[in-house]
Amino acid sequence: MGPNLWVNVEEIAAVILFGVGFTTLLLHKNMIKKIIGLNIMDTAVYLFLAAMGYIDGRVAPILVNGNTDVNLYINPIPSGLVLTGIVVSVSVTALMLSLTIRLYRKYRSLDIDEILIRMQREELKK
Amino acid sequence: MSFVQNFPCFSIVLCMVAGILSTPMKGKQAKNLTLVVVTLVALMSIATLGYVIGTGESYTYMMGRFPAPWGNEIRVGILEALTATVFALVMLFSLLGGMDHVFKDINESKINLYFILVDLLLSSLLAIIYTNDLFTGYVFVEINTIAACGMIMIRESGRSLIAATRYMVMSLIGSGLFLISLAMLYDITGHLLMEDAHEAMIRLTQSGQYEIPLLVIISLLTVGLAIKSGLYPFHSWMPDAYGYSTISSSSILSSLVSKSYIILLIKIFYRVIGFDTIITSKIVNVLFVFGLIGMIMGSVSAIMAKDIYKMIAYSSVAQIGYVYMGIGLATEAGMAAAIFHILTHAITKSLLFLSAKGLNDASGRKRVYPALQGAAFRNPLAGAAFAVGSLSMVGIPMLAGFISKILFATSALGSDPKKVLPTLIVLSVSTILNAVYFLHTVVRIYTPVGEPGEFKGVRIHMAVGAAAALFCLIALNFVLGLYSQPITDLIQQGIQMFA
Repeated sequence: MGPNLWVNVEEIAAVILFGVGFTTLLLHKNMIKKIIGLNIMDTAVYLFLAAMGYIDGRVAPILVNGNTDVNLYINPIPSGLVLTGIVVSVSVTALMLSLTIRLYRKYRSLDIDEILIRMQREELKK
Repeated sequence: MSFVQNFPCFSIVLCMVAGILSTPMKGKQAKNLTLVVVTLVALMSIATLGYVIGTGESYTYMMGRFPAPWGNEIRVGILEALTATVFALVMLFSLLGGMDHVFKDINESKINLYFILVDLLLSSLLAIIYTNDLFTGYVFVEINTIAACGMIMIRESGRSLIAATRYMVMSLIGSGLFLISLAMLYDITGHLLMEDAHEAMIRLTQSGQYEIPLLVIISLLTVGLAIKSGLYPFHSWMPDAYGYSTISSSSILSSLVSKSYIILLIKIFYRVIGFDTIITSKIVNVLFVFGLIGMIMGSVSAIMAKDIYKMIAYSSVAQIGYVYMGIGLATEAGMAAAIFHILTHAITKSLLFLSAKGLNDASGRKRVYPALQGAAFRNPLAGAAFAVGSLSMVGIPMLAGFISKILFATSALGSDPKKVLPTLIVLSVSTILNAVYFLHTVVRIYTPVGEPGEFKGVRIHMAVGAAAALFCLIALNFVLGLYSQPITDLIQQGIQMFA
C-alpha cells in the first residue's frame, strides 16, 4: 500500500476533494456554498478520470504530423468523458443557481433553514 | 434488419425533437404536440415489444457508425420494451388526467416550457431504459433529474421551490456517487459498453483482482441510485416534491422517475457486474434491510399524514421499500417480483394521484381529510378510481397489487432461509398498515355529509380526457391483476435475456 500511495497521489487528492464537496453539498446550510460543494465534488471526479487516463510521456490524442502510432498518445476516452461531464455539471449548476435566485427573491435569504422558517411563518399567516 | 428495430431509437429522438419544436409554440400547441408524441412512443414501444417477443431474443442497435468497443449502443430486450410501453402509457394517462391543473397551476407564458420538460423527461426515461452504455446512462440520469426538478419548480409557489431545492440536492448527491462509481468501474474494466465491461468483470472476479475497489464500486453505485430513487433513509425529499407540484408532475415523478433509476440499477447488476458477484458482495442484504424498514416507516408516516397528497407520497416510500426488498431477496423470482411491482406501482400510484386530484377538486382544494368527507358522491368517477387504486395497493384479489404481494411472498419462500420469516412478517404488517390508511380514506370519501354542508350540491364533471385516463388506468390495473401469468412469464424471459 505504501509505495502505491505516492504513485496514485492524484487519485487520492481526487477522493479527498470528492469527500469535501460531498459533505459541503449535503450539510452546508448556505445555498451558494452548497453549489460550490457540488462543483468541487464534480471536479474531483474529473480529476480522477483525467489522472487515470493519463499515461506518462505521451501526448494529448490530437494527430501530430500525421503520426498514427497508438503508443504516442494517451487514452482519449477519459478526456471525452470529462468534457461531457463538464457540460452536465455546468447545466446542473445553472439550474441550482436559478433556483437559488428564485428562493432569494421570495424569502430574502440564502440560508436553507431560515428559508424553511420563513415559509412556515408565511403559511401560518394565511 | 427489420424496420421495427429502429423504433426505440426513433422514440428517443422523436421526444427530443418535439421538445425543441415546442420552444416557440403556444401552450395549447405544445400540449397537442406532446400528446401526439407520447402516443406515438407508446405505439412504437408496443410494436417493439411485439417484435422482441416474436423473435425471442434481444438485439443491439448501433448509434452512429462505430462498431462495438468504440461506438454507442442501445439494447432492446423484452424487459426494456415492456417497461418502455408501460412508462409511455402511464405518462400519457398522467398528462391527460392532470391537464386541467397544468393550465391552472402554471403561468400561461410558461405552459410550453412544461411540455418541453415532459418531452425531455420521456426521452431520458427511454434512454435510461434502453441504453447499453454506462456513461450514456449517467448523462441521461442527469437530464432526467433536471427535467424532473423543472417539473416541480414550474409551479412557482414557495413550497414547490423549496421542494425542488431539496429534490435537487439529494439527487445531485446521488448522481455524484453514481458518477464516481462509474469512473472507477471504467478504470478497472476499461470499457463503457455493458457487454465488454461484463466480460472484463468476469476475468477480474476469476483472477481475484481488484476485490476491494469492486466492493467500493458496488456500494457507491447502489447507494447513489438508491438515494435517487428514494429508498427509506433518503426519502425526505419525496413528500414535498410529490405533494406540492402540479398533479401530472407528482404522478409522473412518483410512478416513473424514481422507478427508472431502479431499472438502471437492476440492469447494471445483471449486465455489468453480474448478479453472482452482487450476491457475494452482500450489498443485497443491505438493500433488503432498508427495504423492510422502508415498508414499515413509509406506511407509518402515511398514517400520520393529514394531507391526502402527502399520504399518497409517503405510501410511495413504502412501495419503493417493497421493490428493494424484492431485489434484496437475491433470487431471480425476487427480482421478477420487484420488476412486476415496479409496473404495478407505476399504474396504481398514477391512478391514486389523479383520482385524489378529482376528489380534492370536489372539496374546495383543501386537501385535508375533514373536507374530503363524501367527496366520492360529489365526483363519482374519481371516488371509484381512488377505491380501485387503494384496494390494489392494499392487495385485494383481482387487482395488480395482490399479484405483486403473492409474488413477493412466494419468492421469499425460495430465498435464503434467514430472510423468509422477516419478509413474511413485514409483508403482512405492512399490508395491514396499508389497509389502515387507504381504507380509512376510502371510508371517509364514501361517508355522506350529514347536515347541509359547505359542498352541498357540488358535482364535478371531469373532462373527457381525464375520465378516459382514469378508465384506462383502472383497466390496466385489472389486466395486470387478472392476466398476470403472461406478464410474469415475460418478465422472467426478460431477466434471462439480461444474463
